[in-house]
Amino acid sequence: MNAQQQWTAYTTILVKEVLRFSRIWVQTIIPPVITTALYFVIFGNLIGSQISDMGGHSYINFITPGLIMMTVITNSYANVVSSFYGSKFQGNIAEMLVSPTPNWIILAGFISGGVARGLAVGLAVTLVSLFFSSLNVQHIFVTFTIVLLTSMLFSLAGLINAVYAKSFDDITIVPTFVLTPLTYLGGIFYSIAMLPPFWQNASLLNPVLYMVNGFRYGILGTSDMSIWVSYGVIVAFILLLGGFSLHLLNKGIGTRS
Amino acid sequence: MSQQIPTSEIRANIFAFISVKKNGMTTALDIQGLRKTYDNGFTALKGIDLRVEQGDFFALLGANGAGKSTTIGIASSLVNKTDGKVSIFGYDLDTQREQAKAQIGLVPQEFNFNIFEPVVEIVVNQGGYYGIPRAEAFARAEVLLKQLGLWDKARDQARNLSGGMKRRLMIARSLIHQPRLLILDEPTAGVDIEIRRSMWEFLRKLNAEGTTIILTTHYLEEAESLCRNIGIIDRGELIENTSMKKLLNRLDTESYVFDLASPVTALPATSNLCHFTLQDPTTLEVVFHKEHYSLNKVFAFLNEHGVIVNSMRNKTNRLEQLFMDLVENNKQ
Repeated sequence: MNAQQQWTAYTTILVKEVLRFSRIWVQTIIPPVITTALYFVIFGNLIGSQISDMGGHSYINFITPGLIMMTVITNSYANVVSSFYGSKFQGNIAEMLVSPTPNWIILAGFISGGVARGLAVGLAVTLVSLFFSSLNVQHIFVTFTIVLLTSMLFSLAGLINAVYAKSFDDITIVPTFVLTPLTYLGGIFYSIAMLPPFWQNASLLNPVLYMVNGFRYGILGTSDMSIWVSYGVIVAFILLLGGFSLHLLNKGIGTRS
Repeated sequence: MSQQIPTSEIRANIFAFISVKKNGMTTALDIQGLRKTYDNGFTALKGIDLRVEQGDFFALLGANGAGKSTTIGIASSLVNKTDGKVSIFGYDLDTQREQAKAQIGLVPQEFNFNIFEPVVEIVVNQGGYYGIPRAEAFARAEVLLKQLGLWDKARDQARNLSGGMKRRLMIARSLIHQPRLLILDEPTAGVDIEIRRSMWEFLRKLNAEGTTIILTTHYLEEAESLCRNIGIIDRGELIENTSMKKLLNRLDTESYVFDLASPVTALPATSNLCHFTLQDPTTLEVVFHKEHYSLNKVFAFLNEHGVIVNSMRNKTNRLEQLFMDLVENNKQ
């Protein structure tokens, strides 16, 4: 395939993915918006009003970047894991596998679909957050690149989950038992400076911490760690998971018998 | 401004050119020593050699689990082979995978499209995976869906189609990139006779226009009616690969059933070259040796004895009988 044909194949997958989650917007866009609005009401307004400033910001402003990032992470992951596994389950992944579309284009198409949903839901949640908090973005480039890279990273993780999944149970186990604990313990609701030294060090093993803090730095200008460390960790994980995903597709693991 | 052609493309075309045989015919599918052992240890293919020429209408027959779908799966890149070599119109599936894939259209055995997508989207998207721009893919999809009687369902979700329509949708999808080799894995399974016949006509026309077709089917009269050449796979081995005519010529007897105009109680004995059996007073079965007897002689004999035949039919499908014989011999 020449470059133009590859572009056509890529946009076909991307448009198909965007149409897929747009068609079922009641299931894909609305629930995270409602859930996050509840977080703002309960943790931000009701409980947050009783909590003193954190890192020089009101509690509701402090948690807003983390809540936006949480929805981006879960929706990017959910989009790719459900779409790719659904394609395997129905067999229509074969439509791409029999075609000359290179595996890296298939990978890019699904990841872009996950990023599209992650950013769409992230934007919707950001608009909702404006009713509860005041956001003055400090570093636009950092804010955008961190959210984009994080969305890519968790889209890749969703694809790997889908490749190995053999049943619909398998695509809920990782989000429930791995992703949710990592995001809740990733510094969304607190600064790790509040933790005892042991748990501060233990938290550094959680990759979500670097994403939440990087995003918080972009919006509020404060973070528990250097922004360059955040970039480094996210890019390293993208390269690792991206390389592994491509290897899985090239070998046909989970897709070809 | 002249456009640079990538070196890899030039190399691929040279290999493809070399594969053109001296008589000008190209081998559409060339399989050598193909083996497949699944992860669970089951060996589905035990070293198959198969060649299908350009323009052929080829039947690949075998019982369930014989290895037909595995062979097709490997040729269409859905199954990883354990060993062997596959090339499609001269393009090696290992080293020139993209070019090889571009030559094939596949109609799989199971419905494998997204049932929630509109019919036309399924076909147009498939074109996109082959790099066909959306506007062109849509125009091609319209032509195909009209030819296959699905255009009025173009905007319907695929789940709302009947079984026969779903089969035709998969045919339309497989043809969107105008493949030179079309592989159909039991395309008429579960389809009523009227739609089956119209699909036969469509496939005949497609073949006449130059598309090489490989067909697997359990309806042996379908293979006999459509295909010029035949391969039979049994337990992972290719036990027959010849022309349909040669295969059918191997049958040394013919069996017919006659519906008689009036009841008959008995018929005089004939020679051991022709044997009559009355199934009931108005149904007569005749078996005769092809080389030493003929239908003319049978009718002459019946005329002589005042027996009037209203209608006649083959007792069993000829290919079915041969198929059973070959598989049975392979067991021994």
